[in-house]
Amino acid sequence: MTAFLEIANVGKRFGGTAVLEGIDLTVDRGEAVCLLGPSGAGKSTLLRCVNMLERIDEGIIMLDGEELGWREAKGRMRELSGREEARQRQSIGMVFQSFNLFSHMTVLENVIEAPIGVLRRPRAEAVESAHRLLKQVGLDHKADAYPAQLSGGQQQRVAIARALAMQPKLMLFDEPTSALDPELVGEVLDAIKQLATTGMTMLIVTHEIGFAREVSDRFVFMEDGRVVETGPSSRLTVAGAETPRMRDFLSKVL
Amino acid sequence: MTQQQTIHAASLPHIPTRHMGRGVVAVVLLVLLLWLVQGLAFNQALDWPTVWRYFLDYNVLAGLGRTLLITVVSIVVAIIIGTVLATMRLSNSRILQTVAWLYVWFFRSVPLLVLLVLAFNLSILMPEISIGIPFGGPTFYSEETQKLINPLVAAILTFSLQQAAYSSEVLRASMLAVPVGQREAAAALGMTSARALRRIVFPQAFRIALPPIANDTINLLKSTSIVAFIAVPDLMYSVQQIYAQNFRVMPLLVVATVWYTVVVSVLSAAQYLIERRLRNAPSRTKAGASA
Repeated sequence: MTAFLEIANVGKRFGGTAVLEGIDLTVDRGEAVCLLGPSGAGKSTLLRCVNMLERIDEGIIMLDGEELGWREAKGRMRELSGREEARQRQSIGMVFQSFNLFSHMTVLENVIEAPIGVLRRPRAEAVESAHRLLKQVGLDHKADAYPAQLSGGQQQRVAIARALAMQPKLMLFDEPTSALDPELVGEVLDAIKQLATTGMTMLIVTHEIGFAREVSDRFVFMEDGRVVETGPSSRLTVAGAETPRMRDFLSKVL
Repeated sequence: MTQQQTIHAASLPHIPTRHMGRGVVAVVLLVLLLWLVQGLAFNQALDWPTVWRYFLDYNVLAGLGRTLLITVVSIVVAIIIGTVLATMRLSNSRILQTVAWLYVWFFRSVPLLVLLVLAFNLSILMPEISIGIPFGGPTFYSEETQKLINPLVAAILTFSLQQAAYSSEVLRASMLAVPVGQREAAAALGMTSARALRRIVFPQAFRIALPPIANDTINLLKSTSIVAFIAVPDLMYSVQQIYAQNFRVMPLLVVATVWYTVVVSVLSAAQYLIERRLRNAPSRTKAGASA
């Protein structure tokens, strides 16, 4: 009946300005959906709301039948404690624009930190699966390096491995290639494409239209905090756009 | 410029600027330094044989030991309390923020010496120290303040509490210097905020705080010399006791001066080594990783 991720009538304001208004969006299990739109459209904010890094002011977000940020108790909804919120976040992986690798830890330590500390996995098991994930993103040979010694593309691939180590049900990508030099964009996109083939459910904010067309099943075009147009990713061409706004946007970026 | 001019310019010898002024200043400073060393080394009033006789005197060394004890215990306690205060200041609770702010406000307002004498006379303010439920509840432990607060305890209490106020400000700034993305990444991985502080923020903040904390430690070491006021036999007080008997004031002050200098030098070297270690850790691994 309900979708895997359901965002219903979500609103968010910073001070007096509404950054999200009446957002409705569903993502099915195994689906990859990309969020497109000009900067300031509210794409990143929406993604951060799904991970509870921002608090929504209106609407609800449901993941796998559970309302995010709230729980039912004795006929009313109670806001989650920090600990409960942290538990909910365990099943949502997030990759940031600025990588945010823990700078005082090696690549391997970055990847095993949460599985050991949060999920209480035995160390040997966490290390083994970390090496497997690092191999998957092609960086196992950098396991003992520190983030500062890696290129941006390598750091972002480690960040992807780190998020996957928690075995999330949903992956969020917040402009994963926007902080990268052009020649490093490809390696990160390849890692995400590979992830899409494994059937991971993904919500991706990106400016790479070609990549979005290739990797995602559907697109959501946003502007000024609202959803303007949605459709299958095959329509991500100037000719395919139905609204003038999106056609205008695509004609500028393509 | 024509090509010919370029070829001509390239064929001439190029002389770098000579900094004549620097050389002159260096020579003048060197002469002044030699004059100072000579004046100290051959000054009769300094009485170097007496300096060396008392340098390893038992009372001097015992005093030095107490100076180090007060410094080390105080800085350790100060960092612990300071970390708690800094975390309170950066918490979302207005009450915790205010309590931490009041603490820092008070201990930065009162001069160290006033605080020291105040702590020494604590028994006048509170004749008894007891642990129990306040406002008439049961008491689990009680002791006369005078028995608990000897001069050494009063000194450690004073320096710990005051230094905690200063350290908390250093640590607060250091925590703020850790990029907010680090905390967000920790949260996104399902860490509670307490775990994120312990595993992600504190380790990075302490690295940032190291130089100012080392600076404070050196400052604290020297400030402890005011415990002579409440007759704690530290390095300074021990030296005073000796020259009160033999009237060799200057040699014994030199003994104290040399010892303080030696300890500060050791602390500075330790700081340098720790900082270098923290900075080099990555590059050492890099060589291994890329091999």
